[in-house]
Amino acid sequence: MIWVDTIVQGVLLGGLYALFAAGLSLVFGVMRLVNLAHGDLIVLGAFLILVIVSALGLNPFLAALVAMPVMFCLGWGLQYVVLNRTLGDDILPPLLVTFGLSIVIQNALLEGFSADSRRISVGGLEAASVSLGPIAVGVMPLLTFLSAVAVIVALNALFYRTALGRAFRATSDDPVTAGLMGVDPKRLFATATGIAMIVVTIAALYLGTRSNIDPTIGPARLIYAFEAVIIGGLGSFWGTLAGGVIIGVAQTMGAAINPEWQILAGHVAFLLVLLLRPRGLFPRAND
Amino acid sequence: MSAPSSSGWTVETRTRAATGFAFFAVVLIALAFAAPLFVSRSLLQDLFLILTMLVLAQNWNLLAGYAGLVSVGQQAFVGFGAYAMFACVSLGGLDPMLAILIAGMAAALLSVATGFFVFRLQGAYFAIGTWVVAEVVRLVLAQWRALGGGTGTSLPNAATRDMAAVQWIAEAFSVRASQAADILTYWLALLLCCATIGFIYWLLRTRQGLGLSAVRDNQEAARSVGVDARRIKWAVYVCVAFVTGMAGALIYVQKARISPDAAFSVIDWTAYVIFIVVIGGIGTLEGPIIGVIVFFVLQKSLADFGSWYLLVLGLIGIAVMLFAPRGLWGLFSDRTGIQFFPVRRILKGGPSIDHQGTRGGPHG
Repeated sequence: MIWVDTIVQGVLLGGLYALFAAGLSLVFGVMRLVNLAHGDLIVLGAFLILVIVSALGLNPFLAALVAMPVMFCLGWGLQYVVLNRTLGDDILPPLLVTFGLSIVIQNALLEGFSADSRRISVGGLEAASVSLGPIAVGVMPLLTFLSAVAVIVALNALFYRTALGRAFRATSDDPVTAGLMGVDPKRLFATATGIAMIVVTIAALYLGTRSNIDPTIGPARLIYAFEAVIIGGLGSFWGTLAGGVIIGVAQTMGAAINPEWQILAGHVAFLLVLLLRPRGLFPRAND
Repeated sequence: MSAPSSSGWTVETRTRAATGFAFFAVVLIALAFAAPLFVSRSLLQDLFLILTMLVLAQNWNLLAGYAGLVSVGQQAFVGFGAYAMFACVSLGGLDPMLAILIAGMAAALLSVATGFFVFRLQGAYFAIGTWVVAEVVRLVLAQWRALGGGTGTSLPNAATRDMAAVQWIAEAFSVRASQAADILTYWLALLLCCATIGFIYWLLRTRQGLGLSAVRDNQEAARSVGVDARRIKWAVYVCVAFVTGMAGALIYVQKARISPDAAFSVIDWTAYVIFIVVIGGIGTLEGPIIGVIVFFVLQKSLADFGSWYLLVLGLIGIAVMLFAPRGLWGLFSDRTGIQFFPVRRILKGGPSIDHQGTRGGPHG
């Protein structure tokens, strides 16, 4: 029974990792860009929500709604002004610019908010739980997982049911031909990063309400997100969710054996998948 | 390259600036070796920092700038080398100088083991993959109770003082053992630095180095003319791990205190190194030398501003990558054509142009 409980908690934790990973997966899918500042942008989003909560006295969920357009504009501008310049055949510029961005965001947050850890309070919701049959699960973890599923469903609908999604896929396959058909890749890429930042805001809400945050925790979130994307297979949103769940379950199982092994167990699961299925469990893209 | 006499063509790498620089370099190295005679102890420690950062920077530059393997996980080898040295000295009672060599070999072995994982990933994914590997090594070593677990441990005081070389230096210079240890680590850093630059310079001038540049510029074209890209990348990855591990061990002989978070710090051993190389000029031997000077000047002038220092360094790094991707040295070299380490092969002579004429691409 205790193992069933551990696995359920792991699956729910995996929802959080899938939320971290969905934005990364989206940006990679559209423009083959790996954003090393992704984790720091999540932390930035969490601090933005924290500021809105304390300045306007809003409920964190409403604050996240307020933060979304701000983060969308930030992502749009970042892509249009900075990151579009780095795209090309050479892999160095995007990697080094986003790595620099990661360091800049971390240290700007350190300067603004100090190294103290903080938390976004959601009233009594952190401690609330519901019972699913014999197992009690926290309301927040359950909400996180349901949000992750909703985000994946929404992203799939966006990609495969809308004109914007068609433009995303067309540009991803062949930017030159897509350009001939009237798609402006620069604006399209900016829109994709903007949408990724909305997903990042949702991830930031749950990161900040479920655990303590401080400016230096971004890179670890990037690594979890990256592992989830690789385990799932590049280009598949449902695969990303599965990847997040695998990391989550591995971590809670590791922690059940020895609390010090939690993070390590997640990394080991990733390395095992890399060794046995180098293209991930549900690969779609060919690169 | 063959039969220069019949066609009049010759391939040369020598330039006048480089010959001048070679003289200058010999004088500089001689001066640097004599430095403990006339500089203060704190300056010697600063020079140690500069030299070790330069070793790390040249190695990362070889990996990313020449072999196209952009790693953000080189702290794995710094930390692993440092821990291997600590294990040899604290647990095995070996001489730290021998331990540094063993640490390099341990790091090279680690790179062979981790290479099987990270070489399955391409480009940007390779970068984050190396980072994951570094995290795994850090978390595993944090479990090693005999070396202090997560909180770390110190080298026994006697370990560095009892080194034969330290006692010899202490007598020869009539200084205390702690100062003699500083002099020794400085000399070792200088030796490692010269050996690293010499090795990379030699490598780039060999057939393998030419193959490496070819793979960097166009992997498919290079493979089509018979360059084994995969083997070259593997060899570079392992060599770089060996030297990086030795540098890590040397740094921690001087620090004498280790913890997993410090030894595997992505900021200290990878972020700084990347900024040094990018600002100085990636893919050149001169770039990291310029970069480490800029890094050090910025560090000294912004030392009181805490995180502003990294913020500024990050912004400069981004600006350089966007607007001058070949770095400060690239800007200088493009305008003047000067190279201090001539690895460019220049075609000279030939029947169609006079003997002053030179031909050759900027990367050839």
